[in-house]
Amino acid sequence: MSGAQGIAVPLAPTPASRPSSAGVWRRFMRSGMAVAGAGLLLVVVALVLAAPFLPLSDPDRTDILHRMARPLTTGHLLGTDELGRDLLSRVIWGTRLSLLVGVVAATLSSLIGSALGVVAAYYGRAVDTLVMRGVDMLMAFPYLLLALAIVAALGPSLGHAMLAIIIVNVPFFARAVRGATVSLRQSDFIAAARLMGQSNLRIIATELLPNVLPVVVVTASTSVGWMILETAGLSFLGLGAQPPVADLGGMLGSARNLINVAPHVAAVPGLAILLIAIGVNLVGDGVRDALDPRLRAGGLARISAVTEVAPDRPMPAQPPSDALLSVRSLRTEFRSGGQVWRAVNDVSFEVRAGEAVGLVGESGSGKTVTALSIAGLVASPPGRIAGGSIRFKGQELIGAPLAALQDIRGNRVAYMFQDPLTTLNPLLTIGQQISETVRRHQGLGPRAAMAQAVTLLEQVGITDPAQRARSFPHELSGGQRQRVGAAIALANSPDLIVADEPTTALDVTTQARVLALMNEQRHRLGAALVFISHDMGVIAELCDRVHVMYAGSIVESGRVADVLSRPAHPYTIRLLACVPRPGQARREVEPIPGLPPATNALPPGCAFAPRCDLAIAACSAGAIPMVAVGQEHAARCVRTRDALQEAAA
Amino acid sequence: MTRFILTRLALLVPVLLGVTIIVFVVMWLVPGDPATSILGTFATPENLAKVRSELGLNEAMPVRYAIWLTGVLHGDLGQSYILHRPVLDELLDRLVPTLLLAGASLALCSVVGILLGIVAAIRQNAWPDRVITLVVLLGVSTPSFWLGMLLILWFAVRFAWLPAGGMQDMFGPGGPGEIARHLILPTLALAAVPAAVLVRLTRTAMLEVMRQDYVRTARAKGLREGRVILRHAFLNALVNVVPIIGIEAGYVLGGAVYIESVFQWPGIGRMLVNAISTRDIILVQGGVLIVAAAYVVINLLTDIAQGVLDPRIRNA
Repeated sequence: MSGAQGIAVPLAPTPASRPSSAGVWRRFMRSGMAVAGAGLLLVVVALVLAAPFLPLSDPDRTDILHRMARPLTTGHLLGTDELGRDLLSRVIWGTRLSLLVGVVAATLSSLIGSALGVVAAYYGRAVDTLVMRGVDMLMAFPYLLLALAIVAALGPSLGHAMLAIIIVNVPFFARAVRGATVSLRQSDFIAAARLMGQSNLRIIATELLPNVLPVVVVTASTSVGWMILETAGLSFLGLGAQPPVADLGGMLGSARNLINVAPHVAAVPGLAILLIAIGVNLVGDGVRDALDPRLRAGGLARISAVTEVAPDRPMPAQPPSDALLSVRSLRTEFRSGGQVWRAVNDVSFEVRAGEAVGLVGESGSGKTVTALSIAGLVASPPGRIAGGSIRFKGQELIGAPLAALQDIRGNRVAYMFQDPLTTLNPLLTIGQQISETVRRHQGLGPRAAMAQAVTLLEQVGITDPAQRARSFPHELSGGQRQRVGAAIALANSPDLIVADEPTTALDVTTQARVLALMNEQRHRLGAALVFISHDMGVIAELCDRVHVMYAGSIVESGRVADVLSRPAHPYTIRLLACVPRPGQARREVEPIPGLPPATNALPPGCAFAPRCDLAIAACSAGAIPMVAVGQEHAARCVRTRDALQEAAA
Repeated sequence: MTRFILTRLALLVPVLLGVTIIVFVVMWLVPGDPATSILGTFATPENLAKVRSELGLNEAMPVRYAIWLTGVLHGDLGQSYILHRPVLDELLDRLVPTLLLAGASLALCSVVGILLGIVAAIRQNAWPDRVITLVVLLGVSTPSFWLGMLLILWFAVRFAWLPAGGMQDMFGPGGPGEIARHLILPTLALAAVPAAVLVRLTRTAMLEVMRQDYVRTARAKGLREGRVILRHAFLNALVNVVPIIGIEAGYVLGGAVYIESVFQWPGIGRMLVNAISTRDIILVQGGVLIVAAAYVVINLLTDIAQGVLDPRIRNA
């Protein structure tokens, strides 16, 4: 979820800790491929179960006179093999055997492996070490080779081949199930069960097993195909089923020498294995996707280079101003599972050259999405700009070609993100990460760009910058990393810096130092600033003007001093009451009761009304306009309007 | 970096010891009396007793393991009673062809698998992705030995472009060209499944990495998509793909047994199948041991490659 940082809408409906069986079934059925695979398997299974009742000839009856008959010969739909045995009959009986072996092997290896995994994880310590070192030793082998060695020792037979396949697959189950169990072992409900004096066996059976079952099912469904192929392979080599009994692998093995004269003898069992494996793999993928929607192979949507823009978006009625940045009626939404979250809902503001503007609000208020929308950096899918206009230096950015946006990003509009541990590339040195933006926009060579990166590091207060440029992000402290974030933002002397809670992760002293430094450098370059924070105190220190956001809308705007001294919207008043003030240490911090509304189900009218102790019926009646409450100071509140009208009357 | 490699090398010792223990224990499971199976049922009791003491069969199992391990460490893997030559000599003759086939397949499946995986990820849900997904499904569902037979049928029998197999002497007069001609079909057959697996995993790894915050940072810097994908996304995805290449090395080394049988490739795999049918257990033991050791070494290399890519791993 790291890509959705600061965005309070879930990317997918949050799955419950244990997926409901109805939901799993629905997701499975929604995948056409999985259903097709299940259909294919059902047909095969029905066919092999009915084998004794079908009018098939004896699969082992030889008929030398009619050997290697081509398919569609009378009496032999698929032809005959080198001994004149009917291929249709043999392939159905062979499939029966191969499927049986595959299912038994998968069942047994999943049972044994899961038991080992649960026991190792639940008892921990010596038991864990013993089991897992054994698993490691088995996994140090190429597993087909290990299977071969086991069969070699025990002697060729189908039973031994199956046993070998079971043994080599046990480690995979043990490892997967142990991993899932370890994370559960420390959880509260297991501790509770222990405190209640339940026996270990009972805890394992009633608390652990149901929770690791999805892992077992996923591992089994993705490996049963392998097991069928592996057993077939051993039979192919003559180490599994022994003549005259033949599974599909054995049939292929004896057809091997006929490839020149009668290729169909090899084609028939080969196709049968292929069909079974396709069916099993499709079902396995479907099961995996259904049980773990977050890990869906096809469900990880690729984030595109620029936020998607609705082609039929409404244009703002108000013309853009000539400010450095003019945002008008911006709407950004997230679509997922048929729901629409209106994260940014008709937001308008502007930023003049050199000015610092704050966006403040709780998490989920839409401030980060507003900021990311400026350069089209909202993750898409699921994000999409549904309307509005963003003008930067007179140029429309919404719907602008990617190349034009890329020339602006990092150059004229630069970003500084929260949590630089995840926003810096862990594999590149910080020097590389700073210099690449210099090279991109200033056309410098690698050496000159790196020299500039070192200068930038010095400017943001990194000691020994030439040495530090060769460090990787994980080798720096949080404060140093954030300074690197500042250096990247400042690298090309931008006109506008968008800083998204850049110091939230830092302690107060470091925070103050980094902010002061960033502000000093910004003033030196004459860059404007959009500063996003939930912290009114920080905004007050840095910004000239502030916009208070709530549930995707701006509810109050004004000069920082005005908003702080005369807050007009009840939400702003409550928000300021949350800020502890120096000198008023004994004052109670008052949290706002309730939670902000989910933006996929916004109430009509004021979104804050349900939490507001001043709310009246008119608050929820319909859209509420911004009302001027002073010079450059406005609030979106019915009660403020009423109070003003009363005062005027 | 040096310290990282030395640590990995040190960790190799217990793994290799574990491998020898498993090989020994599995071979110890062989039913019946090894002396009888070597000399036949009509051997005299004196001869049987002599062979038993030669093989150390009268000792307790840990002692026998210690004797055997000492021999292995001195390069003595025993004597093949069927081929009448030292196991090590036979293995060394056959190791080069197997490593050649496995190496070529591993290289092919890595390059093809990773490239197609990237294409599938950046063209997600468009036609290239759908075509690749379908091919991958066929790839993971096709038994490699059957694919080998199909390749022989088409390219050796029907079109007669390439030999069906029967590489005899790796160092014969044909030279590298001859080896290459014989290598193409088995390499394709052996690389198909691991390539398909790598496509899947690379695609998923790419899609996961593309959601990371640092990819958004790279885009916020105005970098072109090509650079964002290759330098920021792919490099990070590769850290997770490299260990998979190690696992696929295991598949390739094991699958070589089938492919060498189908194409009559003179490697360890075919030797193992023959040795199993002649009950030449000592030869099987040596063959399994040397291939497992090769696998352990390959995994060491992928570990090191991961460390080269990721400073967090090599500094840990």
